[in-house]
Amino acid sequence: MLDDFMFRATLAAIGTAISAGGLGCFVVWRRMAYFGDATAHAAILGVALALLFGTSIFLGVGFIAFLMAVLIFSLSGKGQSVDTILGVLAHGALALGLVAVTLIPNQRINLDAYLFGDVLTVTRGDLGIIWIGAVIVALVLWRHWTALLTSTLSPDLAYAAGMNPRREQLVLTLLLAAVVAVAIKVVGALLITAMLIIPAAAARNFARTPEQMAILASGIAALAAFGGVRLSLLMDTPVGPTIICVATAIFAVGAVSGLVRRAA
Amino acid sequence: MTAILSATGITAKHGRNTVLHNVDLSLKAGEIVTIVGPNGSGKSTLLRVLIGALRPTQGKVTRKDGLRIGYVPQKLHIDPTMPMTVRRFLDLPKPVSDDAAAHALSTSGARDVHSQQMASLSGGQFQRVLLARAILGRPDVLMLDEATQGLDQPGSARFYQQIDAVRRELNCAVLMVSHELHVVMSASDRVICLNGHVCCEGTPDVVSAAPAYRELFGTGTGGALALYRHEHDHHHHHEAAD
Repeated sequence: MLDDFMFRATLAAIGTAISAGGLGCFVVWRRMAYFGDATAHAAILGVALALLFGTSIFLGVGFIAFLMAVLIFSLSGKGQSVDTILGVLAHGALALGLVAVTLIPNQRINLDAYLFGDVLTVTRGDLGIIWIGAVIVALVLWRHWTALLTSTLSPDLAYAAGMNPRREQLVLTLLLAAVVAVAIKVVGALLITAMLIIPAAAARNFARTPEQMAILASGIAALAAFGGVRLSLLMDTPVGPTIICVATAIFAVGAVSGLVRRAA
Repeated sequence: MTAILSATGITAKHGRNTVLHNVDLSLKAGEIVTIVGPNGSGKSTLLRVLIGALRPTQGKVTRKDGLRIGYVPQKLHIDPTMPMTVRRFLDLPKPVSDDAAAHALSTSGARDVHSQQMASLSGGQFQRVLLARAILGRPDVLMLDEATQGLDQPGSARFYQQIDAVRRELNCAVLMVSHELHVVMSASDRVICLNGHVCCEGTPDVVSAAPAYRELFGTGTGGALALYRHEHDHHHHHEAAD
């Protein structure tokens, strides 16, 4: 079955979706959308680096996303608003990456594949890496869940309970870098943040507790991934954006039904 | 009795400003201590140093081994994107049994809210749920940072009565920060008057008579003191009746 490229693509998309869904809740709760953008956009720079040194794309992207995540983490400890700096980093990294990719000698690459994903070319090896990454993200998230949740609600509550919210923030930052590396082939650098935020936002309409929201978000993301891959084949559209379109449609349905329920 | 929590020579910054200078404080088991002081006097900063959220630039905080702190923050903003029932909130940081959760809610005076969303609670209910969460860990010390902010006067008076009830049940120490002098002082064993440094310290009687305290709180002190005396009498009466 793994010989079928469609099957591999679907599995890769679902693996990415499940890890992005749960983590995406924290991105929404902590208002880290810009943070996600900065980390994800830096991925293009990672692609350039990987091509230059002839290493795996996952390695290059993971490395640069990790550096970016740690950089933002240390900036966020200064106590000032980092919104503008994040904006500079997000778009600066993207532009730098785009320029760097074209400067690499003897490479004629299809940039679209990295900006919007190219899940149909996923190999068995890629699939293994994506799923190992997704399982690690899910396990770390599960282990740190209570501490992450308490730190998100209030760092002072976490300190009083003997937790270290700064460390939890670092954990979250590193998980984000891991998801970026996992997702680059599936939805591409430009839509990774969408994969984090939209399923979580869609789940909010139906959840009563943080846990429900995380599980629902993963489910919605997986559904969008599955539906997006099928639909893109049917309509001959790019896979990554189609997945995001399906997720957005699910969000819209949820939002409208929520409005109707409240009005009733 | 030895101190369960003590701070010596604390100097700490809020942003770039040094807001605490060489502050000493100690708390014994079961004691009720109130920190009063004007805005910007470093009250909240001191509390944050004591819970370990802020590292002092100088000085040292010593806690009894395994000291459990129940912290009630000044305000807690839950992002509207996070769904959170009262029951789930009480499970932070550690899961508790349904019985314990119900008991804590009733002790805090917030019955029948366990299945509600935190966002749907009134100001008074919200503070009571914060109190319920804080006492679920069976704390050795309950710390409250301006816990009645946003409540009207009868509401905050009721809240402080609730704290008194909680303390009697748990037999824990209470460390409160407040600017509502007359209400909180009436229930305190000891009052610390803070304005960047410890201005004066002692029983409510001693502090309210101290020149440093009168200087800080000015003309309002007379009225507050009268009210305080009144409530203090009432309080003793009440205890005798028990």
